[in-house]
Amino acid sequence: MSGMLKNALGWADARFPLSKVWNEHLAQYYAPKNFNWMYYFGSLAMLVLVNQIITGIFLTIHYKPDALLAFDSVEYIMRDVEWGWLIRYMHSTGASAFFIVVYMHMFRGLVYGSFKKPRELVWVFGMIIYVALMAEAFMGYLLPWGQMSYWGAQVIVSLFGAIPYVGEDLALWLRGDYVISDATLNRFFAFHVIAIPLVLVILVFMHIVALHAVGSNNPEGIEIKKHKDENGIPLDGIPFHPYYSVKDLVGVAVFLFIFALIIFYMPEMGGYFLEHANFVPADPLKTPEHIAPVWYFTPFYAVLRAVPDKFLGVVAMAGAIIVLFLLPWLDRGVNKSIRYRGPVFKAAIIAFCISFVGLGYFGMQPVTAVGTFFSRFFSIIYFAFFLLMPWYSNIGQDKYVPERLDEK
Amino acid sequence: MSEQVVDKRRRLFLTAAATAVTGVGAAYVAVPFLASMNPSDRAKAAGAPVEADISKLELGQLIRVEWRGKPVWILKRSQEILAQIAEETSMLRDVDSNESEQPESCKNTARSIKPEVFLAVGICTHLGCSPTYRPEVAPEDLGADWKGGFFCPCHGSLFDLSGRVYAGVPAPLNLVVPPHEYLTDTRILIGGAS
Repeated sequence: MSGMLKNALGWADARFPLSKVWNEHLAQYYAPKNFNWMYYFGSLAMLVLVNQIITGIFLTIHYKPDALLAFDSVEYIMRDVEWGWLIRYMHSTGASAFFIVVYMHMFRGLVYGSFKKPRELVWVFGMIIYVALMAEAFMGYLLPWGQMSYWGAQVIVSLFGAIPYVGEDLALWLRGDYVISDATLNRFFAFHVIAIPLVLVILVFMHIVALHAVGSNNPEGIEIKKHKDENGIPLDGIPFHPYYSVKDLVGVAVFLFIFALIIFYMPEMGGYFLEHANFVPADPLKTPEHIAPVWYFTPFYAVLRAVPDKFLGVVAMAGAIIVLFLLPWLDRGVNKSIRYRGPVFKAAIIAFCISFVGLGYFGMQPVTAVGTFFSRFFSIIYFAFFLLMPWYSNIGQDKYVPERLDEK
Repeated sequence: MSEQVVDKRRRLFLTAAATAVTGVGAAYVAVPFLASMNPSDRAKAAGAPVEADISKLELGQLIRVEWRGKPVWILKRSQEILAQIAEETSMLRDVDSNESEQPESCKNTARSIKPEVFLAVGICTHLGCSPTYRPEVAPEDLGADWKGGFFCPCHGSLFDLSGRVYAGVPAPLNLVVPPHEYLTDTRILIGGAS
C-alpha cells in the first residue's frame, strides 16, 4: 500500500512540485524553537479567513443584494433557513474575531520587532492586508441594509467628498447615485464577495512567501539563520510541521472555544459586534441619533472627529493608517525584541497602546466636550509615537543581545 | 548568409513601443468599466424635480420632502426668528454664504426666496448625516446660548435657523439650499429652476 502511494507521489512530483512546496513551507521550514502564545494569531487569522469565505459562500446562496429585499433576506436567513442563524452569526462574529486576531498579530510584530530588517516587506504586505480587510468589512456591513449599515456607509463615502476638486465626483462615482442606494448596495456586494476576497487571498499568499523567504522572527528577536549546522539547518530552528502545526492546534482549540461561546450566547456582543440600530431597516430620511462605526474602526473614527475641520480630519485619519506602513523605517533601534530595548521605547509602546484603546473607546461615544478633549490628547500621543520614533527608539539600546536562543 | 547580430537598440525600441501601445489600449479598455460605475440613466432620471405643497405648513413647523433620495426640509419661520437671524453673526463661520451652495435668489441673510419659508437639503455638510431640528431656546444639552437651529448628532455640528454653520464645528459650510421655484404661492418645485 505504501509502495503504491510512493509511486503516486513520485508520479505527481515529476509533474508538479508537490513535495517541494510541502517541504519548503511546512516539513522543512525551520522556525525558531521559542515561539510563545503570541505566535498563534497568524495561523488563527488564516483560520478566520477560511471561516469567512466558507460562511460567506453559504450566505450568498440566500442573500439578495437589492435595497428592497436585502434587509428581509437577512431576516429570512435568521428565521427560515435551516441553520441560517448559525452561518450568519459565524460570519458576523468572524468579522470581529478577524480584527481581534489581526490586532493581536500586529501587536506581536510591534513588540518583538518583526517588522524590522529584513522583514519590512512582510510588514508592508501585512498592512495592505489590513487595509483590504477594512474595506472588506466596511462593504460587508452595508449588506444587511439596516440603519447603521446605511448611515455608516453614508458617512464613510462622504469622506471621499472632502478631497479637493475631485472629491464630490469621486463620491458620486463610488455610490453610483446621489445618495447611498440600491446601486451602491449592489456594487458593494460585488466587491465584498469577489473583488476584495480575491485580493486578500493573493496578499496572504505574498505575505507568507515573503515571510518564508526571510524566516520567522521570535520573542528574543535573534536571527536563527546566523548559526546553522553542516546541512544548512538553523541550530535553533525546528520544522514547522509537525512542531508548530500541532502546537497551533492548541491555539485553534482555545480560539474556537471562545468563538463558539460568543456565537451561541452573545452574538451581538452587547451592540459591539452587531449594533442595535442595525435591526431597523435603512431609512434615507432619518439619521439615527448616534452613528458609530463597528468597534474595529473606532480608533480612526475618533481621530477623524478630533479634528475640527473636514478635510484635515480626513487627512489625519488617513495619516493614522499610512504612518503604520512606515514603521520599519521609523524605528531606528538596533535590537528587535522589546526584551532588549530601553525603558523609553517600552514606555512609548505602553503610551501608544493606551492611546489606541482610548481612541477606540471615545470613537464609540457620542460627541461630548470631554470626549473631544481626550480624542485630541490620544491622537497627539498616537502620532507622536510614530513621528518621534526616529529620535527616541535608539535610547538605551546598550543591552547585550545573546547570539543563540539558549544562551544565558 | 551573414552572421546574425542582435540589434539591441532596435529590440529595446520595439519592446518599448509595444508596451506603450498596450498601455494606451489598456487605458481605453478601462474607460467603459470605470464609466459603468457612474450613476445610470435611470438614477439620473430619478433625480428629476419634485413638487411640494406648503399650504398647510404652520409657523415653526418643518416638513421633509424627498428629492434625489435626500431629505429636503421646508420650514416656516416667524418674524421674531427672522429678526434674530439678522442679528446673530459673531459665532457663524460663513455669515454671508459666500462659500456655501445656494441658488442666487437665496443668497441673503434669510437664505430663502420668501424670507419666512426656508428650504434646505437636510444633510450635514460634514459627513452626510441628517441634523435634527432643535427650535427650542437654551435646552439642557445645547447650552444657554442656543437660540434654536439644527444640531447634527453624529459629530456635533451646529447650524442656525437659516442653515448657517457655527464656527468651530466639523461641518465646513452652510447647509445646501436646493434650487427651487414657486409655481404658485403655496406650491414649490424643488430641483427645477436655477
